[in-house]
Formats: sequence, structure tokens, C-alpha cells
Amino acid sequence: MTTETINETLDDTHNDDHQDHKMTGIKRWLYTTNHKDIGTLYLWFAFIMFLTGGALAMVIRMELFQPGLQIVEPDFFNQLTTMHGLIMVFGAIMPAFTGFANWMIPMMIGAPDMALPRMNNWSFWILPFAFAILIGSFFLEGGAPNFGWTFYAPLSTTYSNGSTAFFVFAVHIMGISSIMGAINIVVTIMNLRAPGMTYMKMPLFVWTFFITAYLLIAVMPVLAGVVTMLLTDTYFGTSFFDAAGGGDPVMFQHIFWFFGHPEVYIMILPAFGIVSTIIPAFSRKQLFGYSSMVYATSSIAFLSFIVWAHHMFTTGMPLAGELFFMYATMLIAVPTGVKVFNWVATMWRGSLTFETPMLFSIAFVILFTIGGFSGLMLAMTPVDFQYHDTYFVVAHFHYVLVTGSLFSIYAGAYYWLPKWTGHMYSESLAKWHFWCSLISVNLLFFPMHFLGLAGMPRRIPDYALQFADFNKWVSIGGFAFGLSQLIFLVVVIKCIKGGEKAPAKPWDGAEGLEWTVASPAPYHTFSTPPKVD
Amino acid sequence: MSRGNQSWLMGAGLFFASLFSCSAWAEAQLNLTKGVTAVSRDVYDLHMLVLYICTAIGLVVFGIMFWSMVFHRKSKGAKAADFHESTKVEILWTAIPIVILIAMAVPATITLIDMENNDNSDITIQITGSQWKWHYKYFDQNIEFYSVLSTPREQYENQNGSFEGNGAEKGEDYLLEVDRHLVIPVNKKVRFLITSDDVIHSWWIPAFAVKQDANPGFINEAWTIVDEPGIYRGQCAELCGKDHGFMPIVVEVKSVEDYDVWLNEQHALTAQAVDAEKASLSAAMSKDELMQLGETTYMAYCAACHQPTGLGLPPMFPALKGSAIATTGKIADHLAIVLNGKNAMPGFGKQLSLKDVAAVVTYERNAWGNDTGDLVQSSDVKAASGSK
Repeated sequence: MTTETINETLDDTHNDDHQDHKMTGIKRWLYTTNHKDIGTLYLWFAFIMFLTGGALAMVIRMELFQPGLQIVEPDFFNQLTTMHGLIMVFGAIMPAFTGFANWMIPMMIGAPDMALPRMNNWSFWILPFAFAILIGSFFLEGGAPNFGWTFYAPLSTTYSNGSTAFFVFAVHIMGISSIMGAINIVVTIMNLRAPGMTYMKMPLFVWTFFITAYLLIAVMPVLAGVVTMLLTDTYFGTSFFDAAGGGDPVMFQHIFWFFGHPEVYIMILPAFGIVSTIIPAFSRKQLFGYSSMVYATSSIAFLSFIVWAHHMFTTGMPLAGELFFMYATMLIAVPTGVKVFNWVATMWRGSLTFETPMLFSIAFVILFTIGGFSGLMLAMTPVDFQYHDTYFVVAHFHYVLVTGSLFSIYAGAYYWLPKWTGHMYSESLAKWHFWCSLISVNLLFFPMHFLGLAGMPRRIPDYALQFADFNKWVSIGGFAFGLSQLIFLVVVIKCIKGGEKAPAKPWDGAEGLEWTVASPAPYHTFSTPPKVD
Repeated sequence: MSRGNQSWLMGAGLFFASLFSCSAWAEAQLNLTKGVTAVSRDVYDLHMLVLYICTAIGLVVFGIMFWSMVFHRKSKGAKAADFHESTKVEILWTAIPIVILIAMAVPATITLIDMENNDNSDITIQITGSQWKWHYKYFDQNIEFYSVLSTPREQYENQNGSFEGNGAEKGEDYLLEVDRHLVIPVNKKVRFLITSDDVIHSWWIPAFAVKQDANPGFINEAWTIVDEPGIYRGQCAELCGKDHGFMPIVVEVKSVEDYDVWLNEQHALTAQAVDAEKASLSAAMSKDELMQLGETTYMAYCAACHQPTGLGLPPMFPALKGSAIATTGKIADHLAIVLNGKNAMPGFGKQLSLKDVAAVVTYERNAWGNDTGDLVQSSDVKAASGSK
């Protein structure tokens, strides 16, 4: 397909397109059914939540700066860790990826919009309410949820501080939002691909979101189920998780992690998609092993359903269970390894340049792999008895979620900012953002491995003296990382307000339909589908 | 160099000096402990094996990446090659990791089977977690006791807004010390039966490589054979509420002879306690005595939730100051709650002596301006508890 044919079709559609004028002011955003507007809403919402969750983390790191209780009470500390986790997982990472899906999937498959635009509006606009309920619980008597983002019963039921109902309703709304978002992605990809775009011709980015959406549809109802059981246990006298009434608190963990482990992949598969788009672009070379990437992503998604109990090795599982979940978990290393090897092979003998999207992607590959290594170590049941619930685990999941998911989000944001805003971002400021983040994030999370190995449990507001040195460094890394993220805000605002005009395709190695439309992307694109050979 | 520069440098110097100042406290540990049991050494070896394998893989993969980043740059005139698929290579880098994984799974399986073999133990100890202390009960020995954090509050509560604390120097075993150690003999297979009274806790001693969740209503098993006498410290490893960070575990491993001596001491102590209970029944304590003992007991057992001020942390932990139960309510109802618990509050009938309960109830009814003037004696508690 050539650029000319698309421009022609675009001109055709624009001539008789009378929907291009949009409402003004707040109404444009409240009533919008446009995938680009909704994508923008998701991305801004995610960034605001990211700063909110980050602010909580700053207080956590201040308290842990040195031994002793200085700033917060232990109970409030637990509220901080809980809310930090919930906000980052459900408020920052997941909506950010949904934002990418909204913006990019229709443009990548040559669709005019998402398949279900009104539902799209709704699935975004219920999110702020969910988080208003969740964050509002800080101001209730007793405070916000304080039972960890994993809300293990009975700490979250009989022994909760009264925030359980608010927490449950907030999670329900987030779940409804996610399910609707996921259904929209699946329906869009199945029905609105441009003629000629077979499944195996879709960009890998689209594939990863396709698979992620199925994971969401499969496990979000499980989360809804488990929080409902929590609600009835707390307020209506049921005993799902109470041994005194014939229930079992460990069953809570089984159900929660049956949701929770696929959830982990929900937060990393889209990252794989973003990085698999960017590395070939700046290597000026096609992605190595496209089909094996698709199969690897699908295998990871499948395996994610049969490894949940590796979060629960210390709960007293029978030996056979421990062995099964250990082997299954170790297996995940195989498809994940394939992905990493493919990225390296894509770079190999390419023609590399290092613009900010590429820098974040390379950092992603290296640091995510480090998180993968610690994941492999955690998979080994006998050693997991030592690592479990220590800072080693905290280091592990921050490597995969911060230097993994978050870095991929940054990579993607820089990569598509010119398409979204029509301006080039400031490359020098962006590089400051990258290097400050890279250095501080490692100062922040790497020493946590040592802390965990030395025996520091997670979720404690105060610690023994031998942990003092590293905690100080970790806190300094944390403050530096937190500040560095404000650079990103500056870059984005500057880029929206002005800057060098971006051409339709600012990256010479970039491929895909999104680069065939003008920058900024017109309000409506592909009203007539392009043809893909 | 200008004056401004100098003062900036001095400031930075002081900042970094303060960073390193705490190094004097303890040497920071980088790696997993080898521990003092055969199992913990196996676990350590396994940890090192995986660490080495991961490091090697990392060096190779990242090495290739960096090679590419240095030599395949556009600025160096690199032209992109055209290859983008190779089934052979894909099969190779699927197969090799599988082989490596099997090499890791074999020793892991052997160690795990060993760890899960709870048979033929010499001693069995029941461990019960509760918010926020541990209870140890020796089977067939009639010995049981609670083990509570012994670091004084003034060492960790320095919430006066400064980072300096309020004067109390932190001890060497800050937050890792308890009033009564769990004592076990060396070279004997000790089996732990682990459970909980309230929420989930997790009993962990890194030196033994034992970490097992304490689930309310269920019993988990773990075991250890320790090689060297000594004192080993650990912490609760599962978030269990407000004072999760303040319920350490200390195990003292003694030679078999010393362990027997300790057992005899404990039996004697238990007998003394029974005598003291009996004696307290007939003796009436004065208000001052009751208030004094009551305050000590309250601070040790009640203040974590109801707070030293009696104001509690509502709605989870209700205030006692001015509450109906502790003022106008019947003494018998007040006693019933302390002895048997209510909602999330555990009963203290089993862990406190009659005298302690009498004192603490007296204290609660007269402290913080409650001023009911009520006095409660051991005999009243005995009457309220019935069986005790």
C-alpha cells in the first residue's frame, strides 16, 4: 500500500465528513466517543494516578529513610503501602496501556475508531469515580485500606479497619471498566481490520493487546468474585475465608492469585508489544521472529493460568502442589527468553540510533530481564522459602513493573508523541528524563535485592539496624526517581504547546499504518479502510 | 575556589558523611545467609547455583546487546542487515533454556522433598501467631509461654518531628529482641506445628531456612535440625496488621544438657506461677498496687491497640477513656471482654494471670479520668472466668 492511496482515501472521506467538528470545552471530553480523545483521557488519568501513587511512595521512603518511627504511624504506613500498590496497578499501569490501545489499535489496523465507541466513553468515565471512592477512604474514620494490595483474608475481613466496603466497590468499578475496555479491544481487532490485514500480518503491538484483552476478560470476573466474597464475609456473616464457619483463608489466596498472576502478564504483555514496535524502528531492521513472538506471547498467556500458587509456597501446600507450580513457573522462562533473544537478534547487525524511545526500550530489555532472573530464582520453591515476603520480592516486581511496564510506557509515549501532538518533543530534555530515571531507579530498586537476601521483610514501617545503610540509599534513589518523573511532565506539556513540526513519519525506520496519516493524527482517520497487501 | 563553592562542598561532604555514619552499627549483609542447618546450606547452594546461571546468561545476552550498541550504530556507518527469521535459531534458543531449567529443577526437587519430610521428630512445638506476638507450646512438657517484642517503645517511637529520635539509643538487637526466647536443643529434629489465633502470620528464621505461614484454623508443619548452639533471630513475614513489623522471633539453641536444665527451670517456674495464682486469690491488693501492676500490664498487652492514652484508634480499636464498658458498665461485662475477647480482640484469659487481669481492669476503670473508684481483685476474676 502506498502513501498516496491512503491520502486519496483520506481526502475523499474528509470532503464529505461533517462530523469533524467536535464539541468544545468540558463537553468534548465528557461526551466524546472518539478513540483518540478517550486514549488521551486514559493517558492523562494514568499519569495523574502515577503521580498520586508516587507521592505515597515518597512518604513510605521518607519513613524508611532511617530506623525508628519518624513520620507516620504503623497503621497509616500500611495504608500507604496498600494504596500505593492499588493505585499503581489499577490506576497507573493498566489505564496507561488502555490509553495506548485506544489511540493506536484503530490507527494500526486501519479502523475508523474502536468498535464500541459509547461503551468506550463509559469504560473511561467510571474510572475517576472508582478512584474517588478508593482514595476518598483516606478521609474516613479508620482510614484507607491497610491490608496490602493483595488484601488477604481475614486481615481484610474480620480484622479490617472499616474500609473494606469502599475498597470492594472501587475494585468492582475498576473491574467493570477493564472488562468493557477489553471487550472493546477484542471486538475492534476481530472486526475492524483493514482488508488484507490477516491475523499474522497484524503489528505485534496489536497481537499483545489482543491476548491481554482475553486475559482481562478471563480473570477480572474472578477478581470481582473474590472481592464479593470478601464483602459478604465482612458484612453479611458468610464464612468463605473463615475456618470457624467451615471456610479457608488460604482459599482466598488461591482465588486472588488465580486473578493475580494473569494480572501480572496483563501489565507486561502490552509492554512487550510496545518494545517490539520500537526496537525494529530504531534498528532499521524488521522484528526478528515475528511468528515466534506471537506464539511466545500466547504461551506466556496460557502459562499464566497455571502458575498462580507460586505466590503461596509458604501457605502449607502439599509437596506435589509445590513441585507442579515450581515446574510450571520455571517453564515461563522459555517463551520469555525467546522474546528477549528475538529483541537482541533484531538489534544485531541493525543500523542503530538512540533516540529516547530506543533508550527506554533498551533499558526495558536489560532491566526487565534482570527482573526475570529474580523471578526465576523466586520460582525455585526451596529458595522461595527464604525470599518470600522479603524485599527481594519487592525488588523483583518493581524491576518488572517499573523498569518493565513503566519504561515501556515511556518508550511508547516518546515514540508516538509526535503523532499525538504534531510536534517533536525536546530530545535533550527527554534524554535528561531517561538518564536521571535510569540511574535513580537502579539506586532505588537494586539494593532492595540485598535487603531481602539479608532478611528484611516487606511491608514493615521500621527495621533492624543492619538494614539501615541500604534503606538510606534506596530512599535517596526513590526521591531522585520521583523528581525525575516531573521532567516527563515538562516534556509533554512543552510538546503539546509547540515545538518543531512533526512530519507524518518522524522516525525513518518506523513501520505501520499510523505513520501514513498526518501528524497530529486527524480527528477521524481511516473512515475508508486502507488496503493492506 | 569561591566561598560559596566551599560551603556547598562542605554541605555535600556532611551529607555524605551522614550517609555512611550508620555503617558503624552493623556490617550490611549482601547475600543470603548460609544458615546453621543442612537444609539451609542446601538452599544457599541452590540460590548460588541459580544466581551464577542467571549471571552467566545475563553476561552473554547483555554482552551481545552492548556489542550491537557499540558496533552496529548508524553513526558508525552500519547498514542494517536483512535477516529476520531463522527456525533453526529459534529451536536452539528454546531448547537450551529447557536443558538449563532441568539442571536447576533436579537439585531443587531433591531439596524440596527433604524439606517436606516431617517424619521422626524428637520434639514437637506448637507455634501460634497472634496480633502481635508468638505463643510457644512444648508438647508433652506442660510448658507454654508468649514471646513479645522487648525493644522499649522509646527506642522506636521518635515521632517528635525530627530524625534524631527522642534520645533513646537503639540497642544492638533493635526490633529483633523478645522477652522470652523459644529454646530448642541442638542436633535434634524439632517439628513445629504452626497456626494462628487471628490473621495470617508467617514464622521465619532465615538461619534455619524455615518460613511457614500461620493460618487461623489450620495447622502447618515445618522442621529443623540445628547444628550449632546460638541465638537466631527472625521476624513475622506476612502482613498481619498494625504491628506486623514489631513481632520478632528469637530462637535460642542450647546443647542437650543445657536444654534439660532449661526444661527443669521452666517446670519450676510453672509450679511457682500456679502457687502465686492460688496465693493471689486470698490476698486483697491495695488500689495503688493494682494501679501500678495494671499500668505495666496495660502497656505490655493493651496499649498496642487501645493506645497508652486510652483513646484507641477508632473504629478498629475503640477508646477506653470514657467508654461505657470501662466506666458505667458492669465490672463482670468488662472482665468478660478482657478474658474472652470480642470481635477482633483476642481473649486474654489464657495469657494473663488472675492478678494481672484484676489489675488491668482496675487500671482501665480508674485511669484517664475514668475514676470509677472500682477495685477488682483476683478472686473476682476467678469468679468471672469460672474454670480458671
